[in-house]
Amino acid sequence: MMHEPLEPRPVKTKFFTPTVIFITILAINGIIWALLRFVLGIGAVTNLDNQHPWGIWIGIDVAAGVALAAGGFTTSALVHIFHREDFHVLVRPAIMTAMLGYTFVALGVLFDLGRYYNIWHVPIMGNSTSVLFEVGICVMTYVSTLYVEFFPVVTERFMGRVRMGGILSKLNRAVDKLLRWIDAFLVKTMFFFIILGVVLSCLHQSSLGTLMMIAGHKIHPLWQTPIAPLLFLLSAISVGFPMVIMESLIASKSFGLKPEMDVLAKLGRFVGPLLAIYLGFKIGDMAVRGTYVYLSDLSLPSIMWMVEVLFGVIIPMRMFFWDKVLQSRPLLLIASFLAIFGVFIFRFNVFIIAYKPPYSFGAYFPSIGEISITVGLISIEILLYRILAIIFPVVSQPVKRLAVNAKYKVQGVFR
Amino acid sequence: MNTQSRREFLKTAGLLGAGIAGIKPKEAAASPVNIVSDDRMGVLVDSTVCIGCRQCEIACKEEHGLPVGSLDDYMDRTLLAEMRRPDTTALTVINEYPNPKNPDQHTDLKVQCMHCDHPACVSACIVGAFSKQENGAVIWDESRCIGCRYCMVACPFQVPAFEFDKALEPKIMKCDLCYDNRTSKGKLPACVEACPQNALIFGKRYELLQLAHQKIQDRPQSYFDHIYGEHEVGGTSWLYLSNQDFASLDFPDVGTEPMPGATEPLQHALFKFFIPPVALYGLLGGIMWLGKGNKAEEEE
Ligand code: SF4
Ligand code: SF4
Ligand code: SF4
Repeated sequence: MMHEPLEPRPVKTKFFTPTVIFITILAINGIIWALLRFVLGIGAVTNLDNQHPWGIWIGIDVAAGVALAAGGFTTSALVHIFHREDFHVLVRPAIMTAMLGYTFVALGVLFDLGRYYNIWHVPIMGNSTSVLFEVGICVMTYVSTLYVEFFPVVTERFMGRVRMGGILSKLNRAVDKLLRWIDAFLVKTMFFFIILGVVLSCLHQSSLGTLMMIAGHKIHPLWQTPIAPLLFLLSAISVGFPMVIMESLIASKSFGLKPEMDVLAKLGRFVGPLLAIYLGFKIGDMAVRGTYVYLSDLSLPSIMWMVEVLFGVIIPMRMFFWDKVLQSRPLLLIASFLAIFGVFIFRFNVFIIAYKPPYSFGAYFPSIGEISITVGLISIEILLYRILAIIFPVVSQPVKRLAVNAKYKVQGVFR
Repeated sequence: MNTQSRREFLKTAGLLGAGIAGIKPKEAAASPVNIVSDDRMGVLVDSTVCIGCRQCEIACKEEHGLPVGSLDDYMDRTLLAEMRRPDTTALTVINEYPNPKNPDQHTDLKVQCMHCDHPACVSACIVGAFSKQENGAVIWDESRCIGCRYCMVACPFQVPAFEFDKALEPKIMKCDLCYDNRTSKGKLPACVEACPQNALIFGKRYELLQLAHQKIQDRPQSYFDHIYGEHEVGGTSWLYLSNQDFASLDFPDVGTEPMPGATEPLQHALFKFFIPPVALYGLLGGIMWLGKGNKAEEEE
């Protein structure tokens, strides 16, 4: 095994590639639809109605978005709380993705709120019996916590390098001093924010499962279970590492870097057992409540349930238990992708497929506007990831970069 | 070094913990007004005498400043056969169903918010915009609402409607039992006052229940033996009598458990006592602390 010294540093790459241009177009399309939503109202750009009050903005942008940002708290728990320093290189990218992910969850909520400008009512008028309030307040606090967790990266980048021009140059020294002070403060107190982040994550990841329980008979029995909070929490924990693996593989490819295959393979070993625990509870719950009877009717919900569990849990679980998968980059990527798909579709199923209005005048299918805004938000998130990785020391790279680059040119794997 | 770093850790943890305890959500959160008074009011709908004249629809619209439109339209009975739901243009509607006992007649049924005794909307609303008042009315407070529509997800009868066409200040709209101008001042709801058939009876809920049971007892051949709303989702302020099974009148089978029963115990465990999060915090902190000691020893 090679031991090249690794160090997080800003990635040196040009910003635009054909893929990035394509993603930029999707982002612009999303922004246009977003403007329409704010000018014309929710009804004009969505297919939502009184029968279907929530659509993909809640089901995907918020519910799936929160679950897929679980890489942040799982990785920081692994490295900082369980002291597995061998995974340290993964923490910064994971925290950054979580920070971006949650920021966009918050943005996604704003699109969906009819009176988005009243969002500040939540902390001051909060209703303690409301599950949504608990989710909301935890997410708000956790976003701030993630910003704090990311801040040392900012201080590291700018300490001793504050060079503002013009009249601001007089402030350079003061800003530098402030950064140093914050950095010293955070070094001492970071453990507090790390634990807080993990606790808040456990709280709202599970409460997201409670959210739809109040809809009672409107939720299909396949998903309407008292242990929904537990299933949501377990699935979020199991999807955290696959998310980190997928990001790491895709980012390294896009930035022309060597992926940390040995670290990722080691991380992948956790995923199989985690998925197995989640699957155990999911199947156990089905057995206890006898809901398997609904599987035989081959309706949309039952097919979606089978897709979710077979492709999203069982197959990736089997793959992660397989050494060959852990060693191979494409297979590891596929396995991670399937695990992510599984949790994504779980959230989608609970919030969209399982919701059956008592009085319905037609099925819900997301409109072009809804899809455009959802895709646009994801696109902007990817672009921001790229921008932040270029500005800040996030992605770990070998210190001798030149040599590595040359080697890969020969192999011809990277662009 | 080892004990030193542990002491530092504890000290900082204590300080920051005290800080966060001051701003924990529990302090910020309050439960909304949710009164189940013994004397709460209600309306008994005797659908066997309702003739589907839609006077209640008109009165309700006038009372709430909604456009009434041409009165001739209300004579057109073909509309009744198509199932309609209360929405932002009408807080109550009449639906008509075939009457199996007498093919020449119909069963007409007024629908609106049921004013549940344990309302899911009140429990669910993120900012406590919904409340259940002492007289039984479940009302919505425009000044609080953030438009999240969780109340619509929660309501078992799919009642609250949202002004999807408004870009600014969209309202959640539903029957408010004419709370502001009428029932809070001891007056009759507009629809009850307008009903020419006395199909709607406003009164104390327990008295209405006695009356309903009496009616079924007196004329068992006219009534289906069930008072919808007596036990549904833990009881509702609006009560229904009918000549046929409510299942064939599009009334959902919602069970007798209050809807918030599934989620509120979990929420209370979290916010009223705040034990699980604090315990989890302590556990994780403990693990981190122990590991920290080990690491320091290894490095020494
Ligand atoms: S019927 Fe729906 S809106 Fe009316 S009180 Fe009950 S839960 Fe609330
Ligand atoms: S839409 Fe308004 S009334 Fe309904 S739950 Fe949200 S904040 Fe409460
Ligand atoms: S009680 Fe008032 S708001 Fe409710 S249906 Fe009757 S008139 Fe309309």
